Amino acid sequence: MSVKIAKKNNGVKRGLAASIIDKIGLPTLIIAAFFAAVMITAVVLKQSIPVLISDILRRFGMNGVLVLAMVPAIRSGTGPNFALPVGIICGLLAWTIGIEMGLTGIKLVLVVALMATVFAVIAGYLYGRLLNAVKGAEMAIATYTGFSIVGFMALVWLIAPFKSKQMGWMMGSGLRETIKLEGVGAAQIFNKFLSFEVLGITVPTGMLLIFFAFCLLIWLFFRTKTGIAITAGGNNPEFAAASGINIDRNRIIANIISTVLGALGIIIYSQSYGYFQLYSGPLMMAFPAVAGVLIGGATASKANVSHVIIGTFLFQGLLTASAPLANQLFEGSDLSEILRMVLQNGIILYALTQVKGGGK
Amino acid sequence: MSDILLSFRNIAKEFSGNRVLNNINLDIKKGEIHALIGENGAGKSTLMNILFGMPVIHTTGGFEGSIEIEGEKVQITSPHEAMARGIGMVHQEFMLIPGYTITENIKINRELTNPNPISRIFGKQLETLDMKRMNADARKALDIMGMDIEEYTMVEGLPVGHMQFIEIAREIDKSGVKLLVFDEPTAVLTESETQNLLSVLEKLAATGIGIIFISHRLDEVMQVSHRVTILRDGELVVTKPTEDTNKHEIAELMVGRKVIMERSGSDKRKISDDIILSIRNLEVKMPGEEVKGFNLEVRKGEIVGIGGLAGQGKLGVANGIMGIFPARGEVIFEGRPLELNNPKGALAAGLAFVSEDRKGVGLLLDDSIELNTVFTSMQIHNQFLINLGFAKFMNARRIRRHTQAMINDLDIRCTSSKQKVGSLSGGNQQKVCLARALTQNPKLLLVSEPTRGIDVGAKKLVLDLLKKLNEEQGLTIVMTSSELAELRSICDRIVIVCEGKVEGILPPDASNTEFGLMMSGSRAGSQQGDGIA
Amino acid sequence: MKKAKGLLARFNTSYLIDNIVPIIFIGFTLAGFIVAKGLPINFFLSELSSRFYRNAFLVLSLLIPVIAGLGLNFGIVIGAMSGQLAILIVRYLSIDYLHLSGTWELILCFALALPIAAFVGFLTGRLFNKTRGQEMIASLIAGFFANGVYQFLLLFVVGVIIPVRATHPIIKPDGVGVRMTVDMGGLHYALDRIFRVPFMWAVLVVSLLVLALVVVMYLVRRKRGQQGSLVSFIIKVALLAGLACFSLYSIATNSRLMYVRQVPVVTVILIALLCVFNELIMKTKLGQDFRSVGQSQHIAAANGINVDRTRVIAVVISTVLAAWGQIAYVQDMGTLNVYGAHSQIGMFSVAALLVGGASVRKATVPQALIGTLLFHSMFIMSPEIGKAVFGNALLGEYFRTFMAYGVIGLALGIYAWNANRKSRITLDPEPVKEANS
Repeated sequence: MSVKIAKKNNGVKRGLAASIIDKIGLPTLIIAAFFAAVMITAVVLKQSIPVLISDILRRFGMNGVLVLAMVPAIRSGTGPNFALPVGIICGLLAWTIGIEMGLTGIKLVLVVALMATVFAVIAGYLYGRLLNAVKGAEMAIATYTGFSIVGFMALVWLIAPFKSKQMGWMMGSGLRETIKLEGVGAAQIFNKFLSFEVLGITVPTGMLLIFFAFCLLIWLFFRTKTGIAITAGGNNPEFAAASGINIDRNRIIANIISTVLGALGIIIYSQSYGYFQLYSGPLMMAFPAVAGVLIGGATASKANVSHVIIGTFLFQGLLTASAPLANQLFEGSDLSEILRMVLQNGIILYALTQVKGGGK
Repeated sequence: MSDILLSFRNIAKEFSGNRVLNNINLDIKKGEIHALIGENGAGKSTLMNILFGMPVIHTTGGFEGSIEIEGEKVQITSPHEAMARGIGMVHQEFMLIPGYTITENIKINRELTNPNPISRIFGKQLETLDMKRMNADARKALDIMGMDIEEYTMVEGLPVGHMQFIEIAREIDKSGVKLLVFDEPTAVLTESETQNLLSVLEKLAATGIGIIFISHRLDEVMQVSHRVTILRDGELVVTKPTEDTNKHEIAELMVGRKVIMERSGSDKRKISDDIILSIRNLEVKMPGEEVKGFNLEVRKGEIVGIGGLAGQGKLGVANGIMGIFPARGEVIFEGRPLELNNPKGALAAGLAFVSEDRKGVGLLLDDSIELNTVFTSMQIHNQFLINLGFAKFMNARRIRRHTQAMINDLDIRCTSSKQKVGSLSGGNQQKVCLARALTQNPKLLLVSEPTRGIDVGAKKLVLDLLKKLNEEQGLTIVMTSSELAELRSICDRIVIVCEGKVEGILPPDASNTEFGLMMSGSRAGSQQGDGIA
Repeated sequence: MKKAKGLLARFNTSYLIDNIVPIIFIGFTLAGFIVAKGLPINFFLSELSSRFYRNAFLVLSLLIPVIAGLGLNFGIVIGAMSGQLAILIVRYLSIDYLHLSGTWELILCFALALPIAAFVGFLTGRLFNKTRGQEMIASLIAGFFANGVYQFLLLFVVGVIIPVRATHPIIKPDGVGVRMTVDMGGLHYALDRIFRVPFMWAVLVVSLLVLALVVVMYLVRRKRGQQGSLVSFIIKVALLAGLACFSLYSIATNSRLMYVRQVPVVTVILIALLCVFNELIMKTKLGQDFRSVGQSQHIAAANGINVDRTRVIAVVISTVLAAWGQIAYVQDMGTLNVYGAHSQIGMFSVAALLVGGASVRKATVPQALIGTLLFHSMFIMSPEIGKAVFGNALLGEYFRTFMAYGVIGLALGIYAWNANRKSRITLDPEPVKEANS
C-alpha cells in the first residue's frame, strides 16, 4: 500500500515539461517548434501568407496518401515501409501505359488508378512473401528492395517500346525523365475539383477530399476483424499466434494495402505537381513519407491515422514555409533542402533508437 | 586451519515485500560435493544469484546477511568479482560460441598474449595472441576432464555432453578457482555422459575445489554428494551428511509443509465417466519444458492438476495441445481427434488456455482491457462483430458491456474498461487473461500457473473462482502449477511430470514423501505411468 | 591423378551456389570482352587499375565492422566526409598561409583527418549501440543525416560563424560557403607521383617475388616435414612463371600493354599495409574481442567483455580508414567535388565487398581485393556491353547501378533468411522404430 502512495507523489513531482514530452513525443514537438518559428519569421518578413498557406495545403494533400501507406506496414509489424518505391513504380507504370493508350483527362486518371491498383496488389503480394522470409531485418531489406526495383525499372523505361510523343525523347527510344501531365489534361485535375478561394487562399478541395476519404477508409479497416488481427500480430506476434491468427497471411494483406496506397499516392502526388519523374525519381521517396508519419507521433511499431494527418501537415508545412524564407535570407542557396535532410533523417534515426530488441 | 571454504551467514532476500530467502546459514567445505535440493521457488536460484553478485539482486534492494570465503568477509557486487574470488558457475544453458574452437571458448576474454612494439604504445589490448600457450592450457583442462577431443575442434555440432564438459573446462581453467556451482548439470545428458560427469565432479572435489551440486535427481545426489542441504519456501530445512539420510527422507523434507491449504469440502458436483480429453504419447518441443511422451485421460467435470519440478515438462503439455510450441502425438477431444500445431483448431473446438507467460503470450500489454478480453472470441468465434457482408466491424458497444460485466464478476481493479492492461497489477492482469478465456465459453479450460506473482489474498480468490466455475457450470479444468499446495487444494487428481513423462498420479491427500519422490523421479509405487484408470 | 580429381571435386554444386555472385561478375567481364570487340585491353587495364587504387582502401575499411557483428557499414560515407573536411581545411590554409609542397600537404591531410574521423566515428559507434539489431539501416540513414550536417557546415557555417577570406579560391564569391568544386592544386597525385613504375615492369617484379616466396615456402614446409600439395605447388609455379614470361615479352616487344597507366607504388604499398594491418589486428586481443562480440554479444558480455566499447572501437577504426581512403581517392582525381564526391561511396564499396564473396557476417582481405577488381570490371564493361549489344551505352550505366543495388539487396536477404531459418524451433526427428514394435 505504502509503495503505491509513494509512486503517486513522485508522479506529481515530475516536471510539466517531461510529461508534455511524454504525451506528445519529442519529434513532434521539435518540428512543431521549428514550424511555428518559421511561420512567425515569415509574418515578420512580410511574406505573402495566403500564398504560403495555399502552398502548404497543396503539399499537405499531395503527400498525404504516401504517408498513409506507412500505417498498415507499421501496424503489421514490418516497420515503416521503406520499400514505398515499389508501390510508386506501380503507379508510374500505370501512368505510362495510360498515356500510351492515348487517354486524357479524368478518363486517363481513373484508368491509371485502376491499373495501378492491380499492379500494386500483385507487387504487394510478392513483396509481402519476401518480407515474411526476412523477419527482423525488414527495414534494411525494404530499402534495398525499393532501390533495386527503381534501378531495374530504369532499364525498362529506357528500352520501353512506347511510342507516345508525350513521353519519348525527340530522337531514339526510351522515355524521358520528366513527363508533363498538362499535355494529357491531367495536371492538377483533383486539385481543381471543387476548389475554392477564401481570403486569398486556394483550397485544393478535390485532392483534400480524396486524402481524407482514404484516411477514413484506413481508420475503418483497422476497426474490422482483419484489421484488429493485423494490429495484434504486429504488437505481439506470440499472442496473436496463440489466438489462432495467421500472422504471415496478415502481413501480406497489410503490405498489399500499403503498396496500393503507394501506387495511388503517387498518382495524387504527380497530378498535383503537374508531372511525374521516372528513372531515379522514386529512389528516395520513401524517406520523407517515413519521417512524416514519425513526426506525427508514430514509432516503428505503432501508427495511427491521426499521426499521418498531424505529421504530414507539420513536416510538409515546415518544408514549404521554409523554402521562400531561406531564399530570402540566403539567396541562391538550398537551406531548405539541407534542413529537410537533417530533420528528416534525424527523426528516422531517433525512431530507430527506440526500436526494441536485437542484440544476441 | 578451517576446512570451510564458503559460508553463508544469515542470508535473507526480499523481492517487493515478498520474502524469498530467510535466515540461511550454510557452510561449504573444501573438497566437498554439497548437494542443494529444493522445489521450484524454494530459493536456490536466488541464493546462487546472491553468491554471484548478479545485477538482479542489487537493483532490487540487495540482500541481508553476509558471505565469507575462507573466513574472510567478502562483498560480491558483480559476476566479474565472483570470478575474481574463485567462484565459477556451470550454467544450464551453454554459453559457448559455436563458431569458435574449444580453446577459444575456454579462453574467451582471458586470452594469453605477448607484448609487441605496438602494444607498448597503444595498450594491452593490442598484444598478440599466443595460440600455442592457450592450446596447451586448454589441453590440460580437457585432460582433467578425461576428454580426448582435439582442443582446436570447432564447438559447432558437438554433442551436448561434450559441450557440458567444455563449459566445465572453461571454469577450471580459471586460475584460483575455489568453488564451482553446477545447476542441474545432468538434465541434458545421457546415462553414460551423466556417469562421466559425476566422476569428473569427484575428481575435481579431490583437488580441493568445493562443489555446490543443484539437482533434483535423488539417485545422483545419493551417489556422489558428501552432504545435502534442503531448502523449502526460502528457509533452510536441514543440512545433513548424505550417508545419514535417504531418498525418502529427502523427498519428504523437500515437499512437507506445516501449513496446508484448506480443501473446501463441497462435493456437490458430479464427475461423469465420459472422457472429455484423451492424450496419448504427446511430445512437445518447448524450450526448457520438453514433453517426451505424456499420457492422460481427463473426465468431464473434473479438475486435474499437473505438477512437477521446473524444467521437467509440465508447462509443455498445455502449450503443446494449444499449438503454441511444436507438438506431436494423439489428442482426442470430445471424441474427435484434435489436430496439433493448430491454435485455431484447438480454440474453435472449445478449448481455452490461460498461459503461464502472462505478459508475453497472454496479453497485449499496450491495449485495453476490452480488446484483451474479447480478442480471441472475436477472431475465432466471430463474436462482438457487426457483419456488413464485405467487412466485419467491431461492435464497440457490446464489447464495452461485456467487458464491464467481466470486470464486475472477476473483481478486476481498474480505472475503466479502456485502461491499458500493461498498467494493471499482476493479479488483475491474470484476471484479464482469465476473462478472455471465459469469454470464449470453453468446454475445457487449461490454466497454467494461475496464481504466479499474485499476492496471498488474491491467490485464494482466483482458486475459489476456478472451483466455482467447475461446480456451477461443470467446466472441466486442467490446471498446471509449480505450487503443490494449490494443486492439492482444488484438484481431484494430480499428475506429476518428470523428465517429460508422467511419473505418476496421486490423490491430493497423498503423503509428502510420495509427492517428493515422484517429483524427483523415483517412483513411489502409486499408479504407474499412465493416467488411464 | 587422384589429387587432381580431388581438386576438381571441390568445384561441386555447393561451391558454385556459395560463390554465385563472384562467378556472375567474372562471367559478365568475360562476356564483355567477347562482345565489345573494339575494347583495347590497355584501356581496360588502365581504368581498372585506377579504380582499384582509388577504391581498395575504402573497401578494406569495411572489414572490421563486419567481423565485429555490425554488418555492412554504410556509414563509411561519414568517414569520407571527414577526409574531405580535412582536405578543405588544408587547402584553405595552404593557399593562404602554409605554402607547403604537395607531399607535406598530403601528410597534413592524413593527420588532420584522424581526429575528425575518430570523433565522428565515436558518435556513429554510440549510435549503433543505441540501434542494436538495426545497425545497417541506421548506418544508411546516418550517412544521409551526416550529409545534411556536412552541407550545412560548408554552406552556412563557413563564412558566417567561421570567418574566411571571401576572395579565397575555394570560397564562394559572396564570402559564404565553400565552392562546388575545389582545385586540388599540389595535392593532385601527391600520393601517386611519389614513385611510379610502368605497369608491366610492376607485373614482372611482383610475379617474380611471389614465385620466389612460393618456392621458399614449399621448401621450408618440406624441410619441416609438413607435406604440401605437389599439384597445387606446380600449378602456382606454372601460373607465376607464365605471368613473368608474359610480362617480359610485353616489355621486350613494347606491346600495347606498356601503355597501361603506371603503377603508383606508394599507394599500392599503403593498400598492402592496410591488408597487413587487417590481418595483424585479428591476431591481437582486440581482434579476438571483435570476433567474440561479432559471434555473440550475449556470451561476450557474460564473459566480461565490454561489448559497447568494443563495437565503438570497431566503428572508429573503420571511419578513420575510410577518411584516409577518401583522401587517397580524391588525390587521384584533379578536383574535389565538394558536395558529391562521397555520395555513392558507401553503396559502391559495400557492393564491391559483397561481389568478392563476403557476406553480412563474414569478410576477408582477399574478398575485399577481389571484389574491388570484379565490381569495377563490371562497372567499366557495362556501358561497353550496352553500346555493343543494344546500341545504348546509357543502358549499361543504368544496368550497373541496378547490379550494385541488387547485389546488396540479395546479400541482406540471404543473411536475414538464414537467420530466420536457424531460429525456428522444430521437433526432434522421429526416433528410429525397432522392428516388431
